[in-house]
Amino acid sequence: MSAVTGHPTGHPTGHRRPAVGELAGDRRRSWPYPRTTLGVAAAAAVLVPFVLPPYPLYQVTLVLVYVVALLGLDLVAGHGGQVSLGHGAFFGIGAYAAAILLWLGVPYPVTLPVAGLVAYGLGHAFGRPAVRLSGVYLAVVTFAVAVAVPPLIRRFAPGGAMGLPVRTPGAPSFTGLADDQWVYLLVLAVAAAAFAVMRSVVRSRAGRSLAALRADPGAAELLGIRPAATRAHAFAGSAMYAGLAGCLFTWTTGFVAPESFTVNLSITLLAGIVIGGLGTVSGAVVGAVVVTFLPAPGLVSGLALILVLAVAPGGVTGLARRAPALFRKDGP
Amino acid sequence: MIGQVFHGFGTGAVYAALALALVLVHRFTGVVNFAQGELAMVSAYVAWQLVDAGLSYWVALPLTVAVAFGAGALAQRLVMRHAGDAALIMTIGLYVFVHALAAQIWSSALRTFPNPFPGGPLGIVGPLGVVAAVLALLYLVIRHSGAGLTLRAVAADPRAARLSGIRVGRVHALGWGLAAATGAVSGVLIAPVVFLEPGMMGGVLVSALAAAAVGGFVNPVGAVAGGLLIGVAETLAGTYLWADLRVVVPLAIMLVVPAVRLSAFSRVRA
Amino acid sequence: MRRLALVALLLVSACRLTSADVVLSSPAECAGQRADGLSPDRVVVGGIYPLSGPASAYAAVAQGVSAYFAWANARGGVAGRQVEFLVRDDGYQPARAVEEARRLVDSDRVFALFQTLGTPSTAAVRGYADRRGVPQLFVASGASDWGDASYPWTIGFQPTYAAEARVYAEHLLRTRPHATVAVLYQNDDFGHELLTAFEEAVAGTGVEVVARRSYEVMDADVQAQMADLAGSGAGVFLNVGTPKFAAQALAADAAMTGWNPLHLLNGVANTPSLIAAVGPAALRGVLTTNFYKDPAAWPDDPAVRTYLGAVGKYVPEADPSSSQVMFGWTSAAAFAATMERMECPSREGLMAAARHLRGVELGTLLPGITLSTSPDDPYPVEELRVFRFADSRWEAV
Repeated sequence: MSAVTGHPTGHPTGHRRPAVGELAGDRRRSWPYPRTTLGVAAAAAVLVPFVLPPYPLYQVTLVLVYVVALLGLDLVAGHGGQVSLGHGAFFGIGAYAAAILLWLGVPYPVTLPVAGLVAYGLGHAFGRPAVRLSGVYLAVVTFAVAVAVPPLIRRFAPGGAMGLPVRTPGAPSFTGLADDQWVYLLVLAVAAAAFAVMRSVVRSRAGRSLAALRADPGAAELLGIRPAATRAHAFAGSAMYAGLAGCLFTWTTGFVAPESFTVNLSITLLAGIVIGGLGTVSGAVVGAVVVTFLPAPGLVSGLALILVLAVAPGGVTGLARRAPALFRKDGP
Repeated sequence: MIGQVFHGFGTGAVYAALALALVLVHRFTGVVNFAQGELAMVSAYVAWQLVDAGLSYWVALPLTVAVAFGAGALAQRLVMRHAGDAALIMTIGLYVFVHALAAQIWSSALRTFPNPFPGGPLGIVGPLGVVAAVLALLYLVIRHSGAGLTLRAVAADPRAARLSGIRVGRVHALGWGLAAATGAVSGVLIAPVVFLEPGMMGGVLVSALAAAAVGGFVNPVGAVAGGLLIGVAETLAGTYLWADLRVVVPLAIMLVVPAVRLSAFSRVRA
Repeated sequence: MRRLALVALLLVSACRLTSADVVLSSPAECAGQRADGLSPDRVVVGGIYPLSGPASAYAAVAQGVSAYFAWANARGGVAGRQVEFLVRDDGYQPARAVEEARRLVDSDRVFALFQTLGTPSTAAVRGYADRRGVPQLFVASGASDWGDASYPWTIGFQPTYAAEARVYAEHLLRTRPHATVAVLYQNDDFGHELLTAFEEAVAGTGVEVVARRSYEVMDADVQAQMADLAGSGAGVFLNVGTPKFAAQALAADAAMTGWNPLHLLNGVANTPSLIAAVGPAALRGVLTTNFYKDPAAWPDDPAVRTYLGAVGKYVPEADPSSSQVMFGWTSAAAFAATMERMECPSREGLMAAARHLRGVELGTLLPGITLSTSPDDPYPVEELRVFRFADSRWEAV
């Protein structure tokens, strides 16, 4: 019945650990051509900056930035089954950490780990007290964080309400690339690494503990999984992803302002991952496209969110997964 | 100082009314309703339209509360029922949708809202009295009526309630209706002071959430006390401490409260 | 393997699809200057406004601008060129403003960005405009920063908040040299700039700021602040808020019978929505400042009549009595005047013209107020007149 009862402790000596879904006998239809798709996507992603004019390239770069943020949010919302309304704030904190360092003259490669660490620390600080309580409390506390962060930035960060313009990473001259092409490739590299790390985290013992807690907290606790610690780590890691994405955002846009990181961003990110599809990588990609092209909560995104939750809880990805089955004889 | 505390109570009464609504929904359906403030805002617009159409304020008010009750129950039946285990995210979808719809219908222009409590001491005592009356009324409905009994039965154990023949879906709708009606009171209380506009409840929601947290999202009296406490704390922090500190008050209270009353919280259903 | 990849990368990077900038070769003094989006009979300009979101009331500015360009096009265009005015929505989010600016410059190939609205969006676009060398003309924000010489491609339009504060200070020194002042201000750069400039202007005089209280944009109301300020018993109240909070302060002031200060309403808050909401009774005797003609107060002025006719004809959904529509119209007229004074038909030529405006008169500016800039003085309009709210409209003091 529950995800873990069949395999209480996993396979500590095994080489490859199957995803939780496989262990639990997940009967969801899955996309039949994963490797081909991944290969084609990777090749296309590397070619993109050489065929697209600057503005569309900028948009594709932003999509990748949001992919990183949504991969992180998905750890909490998709795999952990909890709701965070504070990821816009952690995104903003990462963006500001990077921008302030760049403003102080620190070379840009340093800003990425710092932004991630700052967001990780704050994720721990706010997540730890919140996750000890009932699931809804995390949403409530993170909402308060999202509300409090922009005014604090406006008052205390350099630039104030005017925001802070910074230099974007310049392409090293030996590559012969334009700056925006270089930034795209940097963002792509970080996004690919973020994807790979998240994949292994989700399949690791910690990731499976998280999924187990979601499926049946009581059973999971009986197996020795510590709910508070597991969820707090997941939340902090997830906040770290948002912070890294914020740093990439600063690299891409070269400008940060408190108005960019309001509670609306948190809501947009959550809407993106839900519309894209919780618990899947492709959901994060689809969600990032949604976030880029529907940037503010409005009639369209509100209605889309309600319809997806009511009609297709798997999101766009869930629909796509079911699509191949529709063409088979036995039907969906 | 006393004047500032007094004004804090005035704002706190609004937080308290919205926090009461949040507690009702959470206690009877297990969801924190992030759209509660927006439903209250729409209720205030309904009241404004009624008064604008020529009705007297004291006729428009009960009508508005009735409309809000219906709208809350409808939102539960039409939308929330289909949310499955993603009810909380569904309320956020509702929040976004209702807000955008209100901005579409009524634009972002400021509207004057009639104030039954003109300035002076009555401006503070009036709202407090209304909140006390709502609290008393809710107590009577929940403790001493048949509907209240089924509400409590569903809150205690939905499965057992269903097995004993209670239509749990309808009871959930009743809980949402009661909450929306209570929330409407908060909207009508604050609209005369801040002017009616779609963003009216934006700053209220987070304080009301903190107030509800003081009551553990289950205790109405705690929520009202929390609302008043937060109203006063924000005012005093803004006046005597450091104006920039004001925005952190709700967050600080949310982080401190569970440490104080962890035992009460751990009994809350997820 | 890695070297091979690098070589491949270099090869592909050479063949990126980009179209080159349009560069002038003649006349000689203009050689090398850029003129994307500009031809002898046509000019493309783009503006970024909050058409949606919390600040969408300011979308009326774009209506005024559109009305002006439509009217000018019907009369043969601006300096002989038909103006194509592209309006984009940033929802008052700076990141989206940058995105839209990129789209306007890279994809739509605009000649110049005519107006971005609001301090955050303008500041966000400023760096991009500077990097790309695209004029960002007559931005709709009163911050002092648009005169910053390190951003030569950006220029403001309206008097700065600091200039406005000095006008209030001068007015008080003239009429009430020993006034005590209470200030309510928004706790951000806008509020701080106005408050600081006011305090500097009255320093060492008989006028004294005796109480100051701030509010946050997220605050529910300003009742407590107003009660506190009333406790100071100051003779003058300076209201430095955005329309929503300024309206609350006006209503609170009107409701308090025990405190009747001279109420100074900052120009940002002076919107039709505020006047409609608080009503004439609460506004009576309130002072504000302005630099263009209020359509309601100048119905018989020829320039205002032209304006009323054009708005009714070309943008019928706009409210011609709105001061924001008039603001948009006036700033567009300033853009047209700058285009006419352009010596080289290029982006560089446009910026040079914008920095050499000598006493340019516009029909809808108040009498005696002109556009004046020089390379050392990057602020086009610097004068303001004081107005008092009489029975139903603002009247000159």
